[in-house]
Amino acid sequence: MKNIKSIKTIKFLALLFVSSIAFVGCSSDDDHGDDHDHEEELITTVRYTLTNGTDVVTLEFQDLDGEGGAEGTFDVSGPLTANTTYSGVIQLLNETESPADNITLEVEDEGDDHEFFYTPTISDITVSKDDLDEDGNPVGILTTLVTGGAGTGSLTIELIHEPTKPNDGTSINAGGSTDIEVTFSIEVQ
Amino acid sequence: MGVLIAISSFSYSQNCNYIFLGEVKDFHDGTAIESATIHIKESDTYLISDLDGKFKIENLCSGTLTLTISHIGCETKTVSYSIENDVFKIISLEHHLEELNEVVVNSHLKTEGTSIEQTLNKADLEKYTDKSLGDALNSVSGVSSLNTGNTIVKPMIHGLHSSRLLIINNNVRMFDQEWGDEHAPNIDINASNKVEVIKGANTLKYGSDAIGGLILIQPKRYVARDSLFGSTMLSLNSNGRGGNVNSELIKTYKSGFYGRIQTSYKQFGDFEGPDYKLTNSGLKNINASARIGYRSFEKGFDAYYSVVSNELGILQASHIGNVNDLVTAINSRTPRVIEDFSYDIDYPKQNILHNLAKIEAYKRFKNFGKLSVQYDMQINRRKEYDLRRGDLANTPVIDLRLFTNSLQTNLNTDAIDNLKLDTGVLVRYQQNDAISGTGVSPLIPDFEKYDASIYAIGNFDLNDSSELSAGARYDFTRINAEKLYNLTDWEETYNYDELFPQFETNTVENSKILTRPEFTFHNISANVGYSKQFNNNISLFVNYGLATRVPNPSELFSDGLHHSAARIETGLLTLNKEFANKFVASLERNNQNFGFSISPYFKHINDYIQLIPVGITTTIRGAFPVWEYNQINAQIFGVDIDVNKKITDKFNYKGSISLLKGENLTEDIPLIHMPSTNFTNSISYYNDELNQLSINLTHKTVLQQNEFPDYNFYTFNPILQEDVYVDISSTPPAYSLFSFNSSVSFKAFKTGSLKLELNVENLLNTKYNEYLNRQRYFSDELGRNINLKIKINY
Repeated sequence: MKNIKSIKTIKFLALLFVSSIAFVGCSSDDDHGDDHDHEEELITTVRYTLTNGTDVVTLEFQDLDGEGGAEGTFDVSGPLTANTTYSGVIQLLNETESPADNITLEVEDEGDDHEFFYTPTISDITVSKDDLDEDGNPVGILTTLVTGGAGTGSLTIELIHEPTKPNDGTSINAGGSTDIEVTFSIEVQ
Repeated sequence: MGVLIAISSFSYSQNCNYIFLGEVKDFHDGTAIESATIHIKESDTYLISDLDGKFKIENLCSGTLTLTISHIGCETKTVSYSIENDVFKIISLEHHLEELNEVVVNSHLKTEGTSIEQTLNKADLEKYTDKSLGDALNSVSGVSSLNTGNTIVKPMIHGLHSSRLLIINNNVRMFDQEWGDEHAPNIDINASNKVEVIKGANTLKYGSDAIGGLILIQPKRYVARDSLFGSTMLSLNSNGRGGNVNSELIKTYKSGFYGRIQTSYKQFGDFEGPDYKLTNSGLKNINASARIGYRSFEKGFDAYYSVVSNELGILQASHIGNVNDLVTAINSRTPRVIEDFSYDIDYPKQNILHNLAKIEAYKRFKNFGKLSVQYDMQINRRKEYDLRRGDLANTPVIDLRLFTNSLQTNLNTDAIDNLKLDTGVLVRYQQNDAISGTGVSPLIPDFEKYDASIYAIGNFDLNDSSELSAGARYDFTRINAEKLYNLTDWEETYNYDELFPQFETNTVENSKILTRPEFTFHNISANVGYSKQFNNNISLFVNYGLATRVPNPSELFSDGLHHSAARIETGLLTLNKEFANKFVASLERNNQNFGFSISPYFKHINDYIQLIPVGITTTIRGAFPVWEYNQINAQIFGVDIDVNKKITDKFNYKGSISLLKGENLTEDIPLIHMPSTNFTNSISYYNDELNQLSINLTHKTVLQQNEFPDYNFYTFNPILQEDVYVDISSTPPAYSLFSFNSSVSFKAFKTGSLKLELNVENLLNTKYNEYLNRQRYFSDELGRNINLKIKINY
């Protein structure tokens, strides 16, 4: 008798278990948006503006149709002046929207998960980061760029998502995944 | 539950004068089973059990006695005894759930007389209760898998997968966005009773495009008797610190009605390689299925519903930004993110919900045949999440919902002697909805697909030992899609404005053009099969098939960035259908003492669609390789060999080897992603009298794939100011793995049983990489896992 009873209990418990999970399984969300408004959230533009008084140089990369399609375009407004200290600001924009969406603000909000890296090939140029995230580590939206002697080369700007922070200041050792990587040809004269 | 109980014995010294008394009982309620057939192997004679389930064998010599006991509705059972004196044994037959531990390579019950197939029965499937369908199928020779990490496992037959493989679940063809390489079939292995891998056969009933083969997932047929039974199984694992619990309950009635309810819950945290944790590789699954039906000879119905809900973590280190990140990952040999163990499933991840419902009914007409009608419906919702920023952090990058429903009929006429004819029609409507709000241009656009098919298959019994089958099928397919193209891609890169001006609309916005591509395909496919039985359990099967496959939506339309592969994948509207000629043969010997199967195959595929790298594009994220679909002529050939041998009474050997060669005939180079030569050896010990103790040691070696196409390239790294080599093609070295399995069964409660299993996978904690794992650049495969399973039948 005892055995039969325990069997019944087990069967009952099994049934309870089965039906409870079945309900959980069925209640999964299946929300349905059918408006077919496939608005894209892109970063179309990287604009690095360097200012020293009236000496303003902008480095801009623009790819309005995103990955694929037409290739992006690079635009450098002019040469940098030798032995000059520029204050730099970087902007990430989505220009498919009007007015353009400023994505730099999102990076700023999540500063502890992001860092900009500036890598010039002209050894005289130094870039220092002037802003800090909530943990006191640099973010790199605001920078100071100091030029030395004349020369030509390139400047690569990277935005790394989830880098190791703090790091040694180079993107190679910062890990993370690359959200932005653009390389501008620059000239110092 | 101890199936056998030795009661008493008498001692005689004389040879050939022993008596064996047997009693056949129902495993569950102990009632006597009359009219069971008992085959005595040694003398090749048959006996029938009497009203009390008893039978008697006289004049036995000392030595081994092997009996095969079968009864309608019961699992056939083979037992052997060593006869040294008179013996009385109770033999219990199982009428449900367990197929017991029969050591046979193939089951004789084929879907079709001429088909070349291999079967995984319930006991095989239970080993994989907390794994996936792909893992279970991997144990079949000739079947491998294309993996993304260790939880997304796509089965592959003879190097072919995705749309070239038909998966039929409960007579419903699965449509779960199977076109993607990282889309695993949404099937709960615990819901099925038997899985058949059909390499060559008349698969025309299910579709015209089974170039690779067919995977048939079969439910159990229940015996019409009043009974309530079930089982619960718990599986726990050291690697991933998780497991699975599965329960099922079945009610059957003498009238023919039956019902079954089943559910499983699975959860794992981060898995571990031999050297480090694989951060964010955990998963969470909830599955449930319910079935009700009625079955009699004349008529019946079957209704089935299942829901599979998967949340799969994707190795965090595999999220990379551009090709330089990929180079860093390939060169570093350790994942870039290694964190402490956690059950959390963070981004990137996949969330998939698959609903499947069907209802089928049949009626038999006298002197004519059996007519079945089936309606089925599937909804597959796939959300893929990536690491994102700001408001979109919790929004999926891919959100697709595929709705499929079909109505089909099958008429099986057997009124003519020696000829069985199956004819049927099918209509299907499919709709893909690229759910808006992802903030990303959808990888697969909105589309509607209409199918209509008609087929006829005949099976002729030529004589007692040979059978011929032949069939043909016609398919009509129409695809209507709506997709935004980059104007530059449409007009310049692919020249679609001249090739397909009829698809254009006048809507151009943000440098994108709205298009309405429409395609119509007509497909003819055919199949011929022949089988012949020889003496000594040897049989020969030969099969020829002509299969055609319409390009899938991913091949036609896909357009976008794949983060884990750091590549942009682009479909092509100009693709034609694939056209395959395939030959498969098999020579088999089905015997417990020494059995084998040698199965060579040859497939020639015209306009084989493949995805290969074609160049590099510069984006705001840096450089990306662009992968495009193209079409070539391909051929794949090879052989699968299985051997089983009884070493002694209790020891058995099983081995298999698969050899395959895939060639791109157009360019005279190897095909990409073809499985390399692999072989397995396993030794098992089984003792029925010692609580069905089973111990198994298995070894598997996978050799390095030396035949692969070289798609490596150089890319300029602006930080290092140098060209770096991107080695995406080289294959990992050979590896060998050992695994250990053991199990015992006990009698528990009154009519139930308790089964315990202890298993160890990757026994030596070997560090290895597999060519067919898309994440081989980012981490090693799994290290050692210790698994404990407890199963209660009640």
